[in-house]
Amino acid sequence: MTGPSAAVLLRNARPFGGAVTDVLLTGGVIAEIGSKLEAPGDAEVLDGGGAILLPAFVDLHTHLREPGREDAETVESGSAAGALGGYGCLHAMANTDPVADTVEIVEQVARLGRHAGLVDVRPVGAVSKGLAGEQLAEIGNMARSAAAVRIFSDDGHCVSDARLMRRALEYLKPFDGVLAQHAQDPRLADSSCCAHEGEISGRLGLPGWPAVAEESVIARDVMLTEHTGSRLHVCHVSTAGSVEVIRWAKSRGIQVTAEVTPHHLLLTCDLLAGYDPVYKVNPPLRPAEDVAALRAGLADGTIDAVATDHAPHATHDKDHAFGDAAFGMLGLQTALGVVVEAMINTDLLDWAGLADRMSIRPARIGRVGEHGRPIVVGEPANLTLVDPDASWLVDPDQLASLSRNTPFAGRILPARVLATFLRGRTTSRDGRIVTPDEQVLV
Amino acid sequence: MPAQSNSRPSSRHITTSSSTYGDSKTVLHADDVARVLDRIAHQILEKTRGGADVVLLGIPTRGAYLADRLAARIRAFGSVDVGLGMLDVTLHRDDLRTRGVRPLGKTIEPAGGIDGKLVILVDDVLFSGRTARAALDALNDLGRPRSVQLAVLVDRGHRELPIRADYVGKNLPTAREEQVKVSLSEIDDEDSVYIAMKSAPRSESGQPE
Amino acid sequence: MSRNLLSAADLSAPEAQIILDSAEQMYAIQSRQVKKLPTLRGRTVVNLFFEDSTRTRSSFEIAGKWLSADVINISAKGSSVSKGESLRDTALTVAAMGVDALVVRHATSGAVQRITEWVDCSVVNAGDGTHEHPTQALLDAFSLRRRIGDLAGRHVVIVGDLTHSRVARSNVLLLHTLGADVTLVAPPTLMPAGVASWNCATSWDLDATLSGEVNGVVDAVMMLRVQRERMSGGYFPTEREYAISYGLNPRRLKLLPKDAPILHPGPMNRGLEISSAAADGDRSIVLDQVKSGVAVRMSVLYHLLAGVDQPAPVLEEVSP
Repeated sequence: MTGPSAAVLLRNARPFGGAVTDVLLTGGVIAEIGSKLEAPGDAEVLDGGGAILLPAFVDLHTHLREPGREDAETVESGSAAGALGGYGCLHAMANTDPVADTVEIVEQVARLGRHAGLVDVRPVGAVSKGLAGEQLAEIGNMARSAAAVRIFSDDGHCVSDARLMRRALEYLKPFDGVLAQHAQDPRLADSSCCAHEGEISGRLGLPGWPAVAEESVIARDVMLTEHTGSRLHVCHVSTAGSVEVIRWAKSRGIQVTAEVTPHHLLLTCDLLAGYDPVYKVNPPLRPAEDVAALRAGLADGTIDAVATDHAPHATHDKDHAFGDAAFGMLGLQTALGVVVEAMINTDLLDWAGLADRMSIRPARIGRVGEHGRPIVVGEPANLTLVDPDASWLVDPDQLASLSRNTPFAGRILPARVLATFLRGRTTSRDGRIVTPDEQVLV
Repeated sequence: MPAQSNSRPSSRHITTSSSTYGDSKTVLHADDVARVLDRIAHQILEKTRGGADVVLLGIPTRGAYLADRLAARIRAFGSVDVGLGMLDVTLHRDDLRTRGVRPLGKTIEPAGGIDGKLVILVDDVLFSGRTARAALDALNDLGRPRSVQLAVLVDRGHRELPIRADYVGKNLPTAREEQVKVSLSEIDDEDSVYIAMKSAPRSESGQPE
Repeated sequence: MSRNLLSAADLSAPEAQIILDSAEQMYAIQSRQVKKLPTLRGRTVVNLFFEDSTRTRSSFEIAGKWLSADVINISAKGSSVSKGESLRDTALTVAAMGVDALVVRHATSGAVQRITEWVDCSVVNAGDGTHEHPTQALLDAFSLRRRIGDLAGRHVVIVGDLTHSRVARSNVLLLHTLGADVTLVAPPTLMPAGVASWNCATSWDLDATLSGEVNGVVDAVMMLRVQRERMSGGYFPTEREYAISYGLNPRRLKLLPKDAPILHPGPMNRGLEISSAAADGDRSIVLDQVKSGVAVRMSVLYHLLAGVDQPAPVLEEVSP
């Protein structure tokens, strides 16, 4: 963990987009809120000029690639991307090499996160050993470890076997765990399927990934969740039908939550026409009708969270034909801008709603106690300060990630992160990372 | 030896028009074209001893129509049916790279072939000589004629290769930047030959050679 | 005409007609004793095949050689993902040798288009995955035109594994451009997703289609190869049932008008999608398709390469 931090006085900030006030951060917590606060002698003073103050974002779905593919991303570089994107907590997905299916791996990832000191890195544990979908991973050991794993996922693979799914849902109940399912029936959509099944896949001759391959798994899983009385989280929901199934399950009182990625809120499958693998992602980009349903689902709370599915890939893993290239897109630094464009600028969510979907509910789903808290005195100072009126050009070379695979390159995105604070310590400021060492020097 | 054109007083024939080609002057009218072709047909009969073994190969597009007309005249004047065919030289041109690809014309071998025959290549305008050179190459692929001659409606000079015509309808001194255009009633409005300035929007028969 | 030929949709109607017309001249040259033309002398054409295909490769090779291009075959099978070399590396390596045209076959849809983003030379799609095979469509149209004349208003039926057929995609596009009507016939499992938005009619019933009940009298029928592995994918129950339902068997041959030619891009599964009576009968133009392939590819190479230093001039002369 980071050491004790200096005081920070935020002047003219608007918590959740409300009235302008000053906020003093000392000792890692919110010490004082009010107008015209007195700055302690050693305090760093930051004038927000009416910028919006939100609880730092919590990502439920980040691929940090370490251990295994440190050429594409490391815990440190991913943490930096997170801090610059307004994140205070990332959930590191289990599909590393080796897979995060033992205490050793999850503790190592957590340790690397602490060492980087820019965000809280919460490892996700695998559901099945080696993500193979055959035998349960050591769920209990990972839950009880220093990494305190609460989210379990075979993401990248679907837990398709109904019996294994049932057992996993039951088994993680004592640990207050949640199973984050990558819903993709492998018989309906195998690993070659890379384009939304419909007009686009037919025209381009790409193997189709039908909506029903996602929807049918979610339908089964919510029934299993009801049967087991457990907790299910649905990763990267991508279709209108999935939203309907989840809405129905919630109305029945089933403990299901769901996430949507920023890219599924903004991009549509017609972008595939040029066969550029930067648009290759799993689940695939969908037609505009699905995008509209996902936005509506996020707005009404059927979908609980925005999760980036930040998936860095080395350039040489994308320099292939569409079908041969790796799945995935960067997301951490562009998430806020995309969500503002898709949800705020369309009046589907207000800033409090955005904080709810990007911080409060994700923290609750991942059982991250220190994050997603109200902005009141005494709460941990995990915050992000956002200029809602700024806009910026996405330049892949300027991103903190070691990879360049952003589908938003060349786009102008609204809203900009001015600063992010982790337990009162500044982790990013004006688009630059502030390392723990620098902090000591300040 | 190239035949000489009948150098008629030309004032009557020179008219200016304001077509899409800007300034242009007509040098041969329909009746002139007919007379010139009559003469070439007679010359062919004379020089080939009555048209024996003669094969006319027209170079598309307009050379092919001229060859048709000459064959008809030779039949009328000399009561002899000469061989008639078409020879597209596009694939043998040496200027595709610099002047761009064009659609291919037809090649039609005359019945009876060209081996041992006296082949007369027929084209509308003789300019650099490059079309004639390409035609000689193209001819190689069809067979081995006894000899090859060249007939053109207009020789406008500016040769770039050691090539001359055996039958010339009209010698037409031109500036290099001028364009000589041949219209034939088979595909154009009327028979005529005229000179246009280079301001023309596109190249035509006088130009690609 | 653009520098590349990636899709049959790249061709306007006049451009397609010019390629087919030029192919007529090339076709005539094929029956001459001397078949060599100097047109592409000094040009280098590389057949870059990531997927084996003796016929298509040979056809392009002969076409290039008869136009005096230097033709080099590179089999890049397995050189890509599995060996860790990216498609970009492979394409750049080959193009760096000073190549005027790449003729590319790849097992993955869109691979050929991707290559055009990296190289400066002309690129011809010789078949990309289940996407397109434009020169096959051109040679099919050429063979058809020789047999039944202008294709405008004519009705062509394409039968078989349409989902996985690059031949079908290119043919639907080109035949539509040329003004023909197309009906696709397949079981629902082999109909491409979104086919309703294509410029063609569809049917599950081959008998009704051949009888003229679906989209009018049939002027030609094209049978597509059915991969036997589709059966294990559950696309149809057995070869027997497929042959009975969608094979061009002697009984069905009688439903087809007497003068309607039969096409097949090859290689044929005799007894499955096509009977020997259909494949070897008078109406079959399967071998003519192969011969046409060389002429059409000569025409394509000519139009893409011969004038490469200069933009192509306007295609038609205008009368003054």
